[in-house]
Amino acid sequence: MAPRGMAGQDSVSAPALSTRGLDKSFGSLVVASGIEFALPQGARYALVGPNGAGKTTLINLMTGMLRPDAGRIFLGEQEITSLRPEERVKRGLVRTFQINTLFPHLSALEAVTLAVCERRGHGGAWWKGLPAYREAVDEAYGILFSLMLGDYCYRLTRELAYGQQRLLEIALALATKPTVLLLDEPAAGVPNEESAELFDAISGLAQHISVLFIEHDMDIVFRFASRIIVMVGGSVLVEGTPSEIAADPRVREVYLGKKHHG
Amino acid sequence: MTVLAPASAEPHRYLQAQIRWHGLEIAFWIAALLPFLLFKTYLVLASQIAITALFALSLDLILGYAGIVSLGHAAFFGLGSYTAGLLAKLGWGEPLTGLVIAAAVAGLVGYAASLVIARFRHLALIMITLGMGLLLHEAANSASWLTGGADGLQGVRMWPLLGYFRFDLYGVTAYTYSLIVLFLVFLASRRLIHSPFGLSLRGIRENPVRMPAIGAPSSAHIRKIYTISAAVAGTAGALLAQTTQTVSLEVLSFQRSADVLVMLILGGAGRLYGGILGAIIYLVARDQLSGFNPQYWYFWIGIMLIAVVMFLPNGVLGGLAWLRAAWRGKTA
Repeated sequence: MAPRGMAGQDSVSAPALSTRGLDKSFGSLVVASGIEFALPQGARYALVGPNGAGKTTLINLMTGMLRPDAGRIFLGEQEITSLRPEERVKRGLVRTFQINTLFPHLSALEAVTLAVCERRGHGGAWWKGLPAYREAVDEAYGILFSLMLGDYCYRLTRELAYGQQRLLEIALALATKPTVLLLDEPAAGVPNEESAELFDAISGLAQHISVLFIEHDMDIVFRFASRIIVMVGGSVLVEGTPSEIAADPRVREVYLGKKHHG
Repeated sequence: MTVLAPASAEPHRYLQAQIRWHGLEIAFWIAALLPFLLFKTYLVLASQIAITALFALSLDLILGYAGIVSLGHAAFFGLGSYTAGLLAKLGWGEPLTGLVIAAAVAGLVGYAASLVIARFRHLALIMITLGMGLLLHEAANSASWLTGGADGLQGVRMWPLLGYFRFDLYGVTAYTYSLIVLFLVFLASRRLIHSPFGLSLRGIRENPVRMPAIGAPSSAHIRKIYTISAAVAGTAGALLAQTTQTVSLEVLSFQRSADVLVMLILGGAGRLYGGILGAIIYLVARDQLSGFNPQYWYFWIGIMLIAVVMFLPNGVLGGLAWLRAAWRGKTA
């Protein structure tokens, strides 16, 4: 693991994102306990577990939206435990949200241009109009186009179809040029046939982006994840390849045995 | 990105269209000159309206665009007023430098306040800004050796504008001066709103949770716009002090903070002309209505406010925009 990073360890072998002994509780409710986790460069990992297992909490902890009670978080070899959320984003650790967290009265183009401008450091520039930032606008349009939103990008976000809003969630994240992308149920609420399309778009992401996604649909998980992390009650129960996970009796008991949620 | 987008001019056209000057805008600013020809007896009122519109514009920048509520914005207006008034009283009656100094003082205090403001939202923000406003009002009241207290600041003597134009009784200079300052600040605000910074402000208004998740430093943005807004409010306050050559305690009152909020919501928050239009409607209506029954003035304001919030939640301008969209939909 990178955090143990001795001199001479090259950065390619360091995990893109890792945690050590991450703890978090709300009063007596333990939502994360001793989480050790490493996401290699370019990985496509799935994070699964029953409702309330602490999956979203883990994303909140890693992205800085929650402060851990104990433990450390590393992005590559750099410790980011005490950085603010926007500073983590600047370093390439970016998330999406399970419930659409968008800008309802901005058009899709404006929203993505906003994210691109912030990344390029134009966020505080107030003397020139947006059209003067041609490259940023082109880049924003390119992202929207690649996610099949090119024709819809002039509509207000709240007027987009739900599935398109889910894509815009991802477009906003991509506009920050992430190295690590944490997708919190990217297909939540999307009908089955469309969710495969959505994951096709995700698997088409550049290889250097490491992806961790939360997903309940096990068919999708087995199709798109190279490894699966199973969480139960705030801890990592087991981690392995899809076939290992499918064969694991503990996993069958807590998760696969039960009827899983839509 | 695996798919390369074809070079498209459409996104640029779309953004360009948003910042283009509309014919109605040009008509509006030409109409602003009408009082010189048609309503010469109302130039003093016109000057008050221009000053209040500038104040409303300053509130629009934080409330309408960044979604930061304030119930104490008169604090900065009053700071500007007293700064400009005191400067003149102490012997420096040059209007333009007085205006700049007043804006700087208000901006500086605004920056200090923003360090607190940027940490809060919603109800807490209402309470904090209300508290700040009351605090300053009381401070000015008790420091009567400086401010003249409840009697107001007397002995403000302004020098002629640019060394030539005296502040006359009819308000010709006052309205010219106020209108030019309003127009210049409006131009700057218009630029700001259509810039990447303006877009970031709208992002904060639309979703403060998402902003950090796309790497945007919301707090820094809020501090910046709050400072700018305070400086603009201070400019408006200074204009009032200079054109009326007196400063009363009222410039810091809660009433003034509440009135400007009402005007902005009435006209349409989050629209550049919302505050300006709101100030015109509010002050003209007050002038006309209080003519025949002054004591009932707030009765009508109350009705107007309830009606606007119920039927035109986005203000008069929002209603007009809706009508225009509906009309286009019908003709298309």
